[in-house]
Amino acid sequence: MSCPMPLLDHDTVQLAHGAGGRLSADLIDRLILPRFRSPELARLEDQAVLELPPGRVAFSTDTFVVDPIFFPGGDIGDLAINGTVNDVAMSGARVEALSVGFVLEEGFPLADFHRVLCSMEAAARAAGVRVVTGDTKVVGRGGCDRIFINTSGVGVIPDGVALSAAGLRPGDAVLVSGTLADHGMAVMTARANLGFQSTVRSDTAALNGLVADLLRACPGLRALRDPTRGGLATTLNEFARASRVGITLDEGAVPVRPDVRGACEILGIDPLYVANEGKLVAVVPADGADAALAALRAHPVGAAAAIVGEVVAGHPGTVAVRTALGAERIVEMPVGEQLPRIC
Amino acid sequence: MKHLQEFRDPALARKLLDGIAATVTRDWVIMEICGGQTHAIMRHGLDQLLPPEITLVHGPGCPVCVTPLETIDRALAIAARPEVIFTSFGDMLRVPGSRDDLFRVRSRGGDVRMVYSPLEALKLARENPDREVVFLAVGFETTAPGNAMAVKQAAAEGLTNFSEIVSHVLVPPAMEAILGSPDNRVQGFLAAGHVCTIMGWEEYVPIAERYAVPIVPTGFEPVDILSGILSTVRMLEAGEHGVRNDYTRVVHLGGNPAARAVVDEIFTVCDRKWRGIGTIPRSGLRLADAYAACDAERKFDVGDIRTEEPSVCIAGEILQGLKKPHECPAFGRECTPMTPLGATMVSSEGACAAYHRYARRDLL
Ligand code: SF4
Repeated sequence: MSCPMPLLDHDTVQLAHGAGGRLSADLIDRLILPRFRSPELARLEDQAVLELPPGRVAFSTDTFVVDPIFFPGGDIGDLAINGTVNDVAMSGARVEALSVGFVLEEGFPLADFHRVLCSMEAAARAAGVRVVTGDTKVVGRGGCDRIFINTSGVGVIPDGVALSAAGLRPGDAVLVSGTLADHGMAVMTARANLGFQSTVRSDTAALNGLVADLLRACPGLRALRDPTRGGLATTLNEFARASRVGITLDEGAVPVRPDVRGACEILGIDPLYVANEGKLVAVVPADGADAALAALRAHPVGAAAAIVGEVVAGHPGTVAVRTALGAERIVEMPVGEQLPRIC
Repeated sequence: MKHLQEFRDPALARKLLDGIAATVTRDWVIMEICGGQTHAIMRHGLDQLLPPEITLVHGPGCPVCVTPLETIDRALAIAARPEVIFTSFGDMLRVPGSRDDLFRVRSRGGDVRMVYSPLEALKLARENPDREVVFLAVGFETTAPGNAMAVKQAAAEGLTNFSEIVSHVLVPPAMEAILGSPDNRVQGFLAAGHVCTIMGWEEYVPIAERYAVPIVPTGFEPVDILSGILSTVRMLEAGEHGVRNDYTRVVHLGGNPAARAVVDEIFTVCDRKWRGIGTIPRSGLRLADAYAACDAERKFDVGDIRTEEPSVCIAGEILQGLKKPHECPAFGRECTPMTPLGATMVSSEGACAAYHRYARRDLL
């Protein structure tokens, strides 16, 4: 991190940091504001007043409670920015502004908070979005787990863009913007003491730029979603149900990094079900598939994009996968959390 | 891991499938012992690709599935105690006891934590000297050395707040129980590669002799499994029996001597009840008397346990290769991974779960 931690009177979060007095002001002025220099935020009013371009507004909120808060490839900070940017962007919207709310646990090291803020700043800059309003609360020890972050975002959907999970038609192509399961396995291998040197890194990234390029290249785009919790399997099941169509995946075409695949094998987890934080699934009409693929691959976060399957008229509401050996099986909605196996 | 691709190579798999089709002349029933193999078979659709003469039945090789209900109920009672940090592998958290599972105990305030190895539990014991750390040690020969090591380490460090509920099971006695049953229809075995890595395959030789069956230690990738099936079918067609090791890249006759030694030192062979199957003589491991202080079941008196098993569940017959999951009247109706009635539906390695996840081809 390039930004040095400012000298403060304390090195951990105190209850008084949330009490609205001098310590609160100190925390906001010296630690938080320097990271998010937007004119709206600098006014320190109780609300941000935004000038939005004409169009329909997309609005989303998400709360981040990840453990561990620092993991290979990212931390809770960039996750909180990218997660909400992506949720708004999946409507096809241009993301305009974000809010950020912190819940801090008494005793949380301010150096860790600073590190999280710096990666939020970097993520917001990379995504090209402003943080325009925010809030900080402190709870007593044990009241939360170190740090929780809520982010909300607004964006404006350009005229003519109407993406919907219910819009799939037989013949459409299914694309993913890159390798799957990186984020979930990075967090899981960071949590587990696996006894092997893991090279798996989170893929956390903002996808709003990629979405803009994709919409330009393929105006007929039917549906977009970022396959976070529950992974590709969940997203495709949701699509298939909403559109009352079948989807057939080609197992051999689904990109998974070899180290991620190895970690999945060891823990007995199917990469199709693992969370991603910097990938999107796009469904496009067959005649737009090549243009969409080219647009994805031309962008740095979409370099490993691939066409992974197609929408079919058979088995409506169900996702099937053609295995590399030519057999077919269904891909279910996952039940609960993915749990590592015993042997 | 970098060689994984080669064991999933479609061309090689196709060649093996052709080999099996060219060899088989009549019907054969082959059992894969291990739930990991069941899972791989269903996941890659191998059952769809094999010639119709070959019926694969699924064995008792899922430790989650065969852990007796009493043990699970006892674990739940211990996990609910306020002084206890209860640790277990992820798979065990969802297994239903008579009335509860570990997730529910946790939601009511029990300190239940998922660990990836018993050594992690040991670390918790070191860091929390005022708490009792209990580890639920289940599994086959594969996980026994690690679980034995944790006990040995705890004893060496003089840690008095670490204990295990030991419910280990052994594969060869289960194979004998299946082969010796009057209802048996299994004619050949794929033995579990992981287990043989530790134990070697010498134990299988007398079984193959006594019951005149082929036994083939096999890995978990499609090519491993298909080549295991091909070897088994070749032996069956030729009227041969014996052990043929097809998993030479990891399995050796004597297994891993260091791992075997620690298991022999810490654990003692005992009779063991298998959920759904019943008691199989000398088929389990318990803590040796010298390590009784680390035995959670002796440490925590939880009183009498009265178990209740749902009556529709036919998991026992499935685990013995007598029936297949979709022959259970509850399969996919009352019993789904969301509402499991038996352990074979809960465990990701369980046969019912594998069928539910992969084999409902009526939906396609
Ligand atoms: S489907 Fe459910 S009830 Fe039937 S045998 Fe399997 S676990 Fe038991």
